[in-house]
Parts: sequence; structure tokens; C-alpha cells
Amino acid sequence: MRERPRDPWLSLAALTPARIALGRAGASLPTREVLSFALAHAQARDAVHAGLDRPALARSLAALGLATVEVESEADGRDRYLARPDLGRRLAAPSRERLESLAHAPCDLCLMVGDGLSATAVAEHSPALIGAFLPHAARLGLKLAAVVIARGARVALGDDVALTLNARAVAVLIGERPGLSAADSLGIYLTYGARPGMTDAQRNCISNVRPLGLAPSEAAARLAWLVEAALSRGITGVDLKDESDALSHAAAEAPTLPR
Amino acid sequence: MPFRQRIKSTTYGFATLAELLAKASPARAGDRLAGIAAESAEENVAAKMALADLPLRDILAEPLVPYETDEVTRLILDTHDTAAFQAIASLTVGELRELLLEPASDSAALARLAPAITPEIAAAVSKLMRNQDLILAARKCRVVTRFRNTIGLAGTMAVRLQPNHPTDDPAGILAAIADGLMYGAGDAVIGINPATDSIARTDSLLRLLDDLIVRFAIPTQACVLSHVTTTLALMEKGAPVDLVFQSIGGTEGVNRSFGVSLAMLAEAQEAARALKRDTLGDNVMYFESGQGSALSANAHHGIDQQTCEARAYAVARAFSPLLVNTVVGFIGPEYLYDGKEILRAALEDHFCGKLMGLPMGVDVCYTNHAEADQDDMDAILAVLAAAGVTYIMGVPGADDVMLGYQSTSFHDALFVREAFSLKRAPEFEEWLREMDITDEAGHLLPPRSDHRLIANATTQRG
Repeated sequence: MRERPRDPWLSLAALTPARIALGRAGASLPTREVLSFALAHAQARDAVHAGLDRPALARSLAALGLATVEVESEADGRDRYLARPDLGRRLAAPSRERLESLAHAPCDLCLMVGDGLSATAVAEHSPALIGAFLPHAARLGLKLAAVVIARGARVALGDDVALTLNARAVAVLIGERPGLSAADSLGIYLTYGARPGMTDAQRNCISNVRPLGLAPSEAAARLAWLVEAALSRGITGVDLKDESDALSHAAAEAPTLPR
Repeated sequence: MPFRQRIKSTTYGFATLAELLAKASPARAGDRLAGIAAESAEENVAAKMALADLPLRDILAEPLVPYETDEVTRLILDTHDTAAFQAIASLTVGELRELLLEPASDSAALARLAPAITPEIAAAVSKLMRNQDLILAARKCRVVTRFRNTIGLAGTMAVRLQPNHPTDDPAGILAAIADGLMYGAGDAVIGINPATDSIARTDSLLRLLDDLIVRFAIPTQACVLSHVTTTLALMEKGAPVDLVFQSIGGTEGVNRSFGVSLAMLAEAQEAARALKRDTLGDNVMYFESGQGSALSANAHHGIDQQTCEARAYAVARAFSPLLVNTVVGFIGPEYLYDGKEILRAALEDHFCGKLMGLPMGVDVCYTNHAEADQDDMDAILAVLAAAGVTYIMGVPGADDVMLGYQSTSFHDALFVREAFSLKRAPEFEEWLREMDITDEAGHLLPPRSDHRLIANATTQRG
């Protein structure tokens, strides 16, 4: 098929990721653009509805030497998950029993990996992120809980999980809402002293973790900075500003954490 | 006051007006999430039947949020035009629906009625109206506002040019603006959602827009959609502010969650008017709202999300805005689940705003986790055009790369103009002709690479 040309100001398109200079067929979009938009939306939709292969993720984490435990929220089924965020914040009763049955002494940090709105992001980027975080955890002397792999998860599910596991802080790794330009963004939410009823103002967020966004290795370093600050100051959220950029070039002393 | 409706052997009871309104609402996710929706299809219709028989006077007599504790309720009741209300004081909600659909309720009659319509009355009657009723009644409402052009004339629809950029890059923003202007968009406003709320950043964006508008003598207005406190601070520093933007909601609690109060909005309106940057009229405010914000802020008082939204229009109405729009599908599927729910909400919000006398636009939009796609947006857009929507958004390729959602595009606006024979604001339409962007009929001329607007955007590349 002979393609309709883009608009003659196509050179401006290099200045913005926005869809400009698309050209037109009458008043409407060229076929090429209709299909390119449809493809981006289809990929985002598939990411929203994809299920997380939890056994595969558990195997990847086991290869890093990590124990894992699988849990579910009360939101069973993808449609219910999307319509009822309140259910995605609560542990299903069998999952709570599973966590309670684990022998667990108090620990510094629980990592929870949840499908969120993009299982694609979680499957593709969470092992790399956790792999890059482990050396930091060792450097900080962190006592980690078993990694929790959650289905039907909202960020606040981590509050319930952290409380049940007696963890001082929880880092939730969760699939962000897919956009048209990227369907595989992972978000990280760190909460100190988590318990049900926390607000977003009490969390620190690292977003857009993906190879073409914030690289997993960089995100892991930022998370380590936040975890160290959160555990030593006893807070997360708006009162804990992420200054990891300013400190990244400073000589890192081996820090000790208050117990 | 308790309400009852008997259907065969079942009697449905509704303890309060808030419960009656919630259970009479067309189905939507946010009311289900709040636990206030009708529990069966029959209960929903029973509530509608009870609502149809409710005298309008009884709605005035039962504030949904206490007068003493909510400044939005005080605003609604203190500014209610009791003289205008006499025309409908003896009617029930069901009778008001029929009155609105009578040919005698023409543009002039509905304009006289607007100050008698409280948000609760508008919301109540909307719940008894089918989609076609919402279209027919709204299209008769005529609301005209002015700053540097004239918005809302019969036979016109305006477009906000929304040139957002993920990092507020000036060259990227100018490129998107040039694209939009070449597609004939931008008469409602050229409005940027900034990526951050920094004062310095907002200041430089305001100057960027002002330079462009002055350089090309564009008969339109600019806005950087910062928080009202940021805009106030910038006006004090002498920044070129045309319109003051703010997100608003329908209860004092929602507005507190947005960090605003009525006093703050009044101060901003006064400051913007004092700058006298308009040429045709002093409508200096731009408001956005959307169903679900009250539940999201945990400030809904058990009121359904559509009624909360209508109460936001009482806030808007107090400040004679140039533009008001509902951002209808932005909030996500937990509030409006799919294309059907988004379409219904768009028509309700547009109708309620128009009936209350507002220049009502709609951000026809959706997110990727909602059950909706471009076909749903086309249908909503066409239905709103039939209803006489004041303006829509123009986002390059419908893909907002900063806010991460899909709205309507410059192309979509051209589709509506062609399908419904709708013109732009007349001053802007004339400017496009003078700039050789459109022909005498307002259709786009063949694109040119050597156009002044393109050359301007290219040299900004730095």
C-alpha cells in the first residue's frame, strides 16, 4: 500500500515524544497511524490483563538464593481486581494463615512483588531489580523476610503483609498502569512501620523502572538509599526526601542500622 | 426524611435524600465501590420512581452535607435565586424533566432558570433522563463566555490545545503547539499541564505561551494548569497569567484535599481580573473536575459520585469561568468501569453543568485499565457534539505523553467539525484564515513546511 506522507513539519517530531506531524486522510488519521495507535493500546491492554507466572518468578528468585512465599489478595479475578481496589489491599484468609505459619523473627525489610496493573513489568524486571538490590542489602546488613509474591495486589497489600511478617519496612515492587509508550514500567513503594490504613503520603515511590526508563541497577541503589534512611530515621513518605542523587558520588561508608 | 416506593408486594425504603439519589443513579463502579449503589435493578427503578414524585422544594429543604460544616453547601443555599425558583417551585423532579424537554423551554427560558437550579436539583433530574433527554435539554442551553475570543456561540465548538511534555521541555511543547495550530486547534485555550508544580518552571512556561500569542497575535488565551497558590504567587511576581486554573470538587473536604477554599479562588479571580489581560471579557477562571474525586478523597458523605460532581459546578458557577470541563474517564475503572459508564457520566456532567449555566466542556478520555477504546471515545464525542458541548481537548494523536492517558486529538476535533458542521470561536476562525491555515469555509489548507508557525517552532530548537 502506498503510504500517506507525514506532515512536512516532521522534523519537529524529534523534539517531543508526542504524536505530532501524523499527516491526514481528509480530516482523519492515515491508516498507518490508526494501526500504530491500535497496536500500542493492544499491548497496554494485554499487559493489564496478563496473569503473573508466579512459579517462574519464584524459580528466578530461588536462583538468587531467596526463599519465596505466594499469597493472594481478596480480589480474585482480573475484572474484580480492576473494579475493587479495596479488595486488592486485603490478604485473603488462607494467605494470611500461610504467612502466619511461617516462623518469623522480626526483620528489617520485606520485599513484596505484586502483579499490579502490569504483570509484564513484574515478570521482566523484578528479578533484575532484586538481584541488583541484594549486594546493597548485604552491605547494609539487612535481615530480609522471605520474598512475598502476590496476586491481585495493590500497593497497600504490602502493609498487611509487612505487619503479618513483623517487618520494620516493606518495599512493594508492582506493575504500574501501562501507558501507550511503555507497558512494562515497574514501580517501587517503600513504607516504614507499615500497617493497614497507611496513606500514600507515608510512602516513598520510585517509578518508571524499566530498561528504557530508570534502569533496575540504578533503581536498586536508590531503594537502598531510601531503606537505609527510613530505618535510621524511622519514617518514610513526604518527610523523607530522596537525596540519593546528591549522595551517589559521596564516599559510601559502611553504615550500621539501629536495631 | 424517609422515602418509600412499593412495587407489587415489595416496599423499598430510602432513609435519606442522599440514599435515594444514590440508589436512583444509573449503575457505575464508584457507587458500587462506596457501597451505596442500588442492590438490584428493581431497587434502582424503585428509587427513580420515588425520586420522580419528589417535590423540588423538598430537595432544597434537605442539604446533603450540613450547612454548618460545609462551605459548598453554604454557597449553594446562600446564592440560590428564590425569585427564579418560583417558576418551578411547585414541580416534582419528574415534572421538571418534562418541562425541560418542552419546546417552550428554549435557550432564553433555560438561561433564566439556571440560577434556580441547585446541583442537587440538576443531579436529581438527570437521573430520570435517558441519554437522549440529556442531549436534547443540554443542546438548548446557551452559555457564552469571553476573554480574547468568544466561546459557546451557537454552531461552534472550541478546542483546548494540550501540548504536554513529560519534562516540560520548551522546544517539545512549542512543537506540539505548532502542530495543533496547524490543525486548527486552540481556540478554547492553549493549556499546559506542567510536569511539576515548581514556580520557576511555571513562570517560564507562562512566558513561552505569552510570547507566542503576542508574536502571532493569536486571539486565544494561555494557561499553565498549576495549583491556584502557584498561580497566585506568580501573579504577584508579575507573570503573564491569562486564566487561573484549579481542580475543584463538590464538598469542602474534597477541596481541602486539593488544597483550595472558596476564599482562595475568590482571591485568585480578583488578582487575575486586575491584570486586565483580556480584550473581550473578564471570564478569567478555568476549572476541571470529575466524578469520583470525592470518594477518592474520602470526602463524599455517602453521596453518589454524580451528585458530588454536580456540586462542584456550584463552586465553578460562583466564579464566572471562561471554561469548565469534566475529565470524565481519567480516574479509572473503579469509578467508571467501561465505555458505557463513561458515556453516561459524560452526558450527565455536560447536562448538569449547562443547566446550571456553565460553559461546559468535556475531556473525553480513558485509561488503559478501563474497558474502553477509541471506538468508545468516537461514540462519546459524537454524542457530546449532538448535545452541544462547549469544547473538547486536542492532544497530539490522542496520546498524552505526560499524563499517560488517551484523550481526543486534533484529528478528532476535525472529525466533529465535519460531521456536525461546527465552527471555531469566530475570532480564532478568522485568524486561521489570515494565517493561511484554513480556507474561507474553515477547512484546512494543504500542509506547508515553510509556514511561519513551523519556522518559529524550528528556530526554538536551540
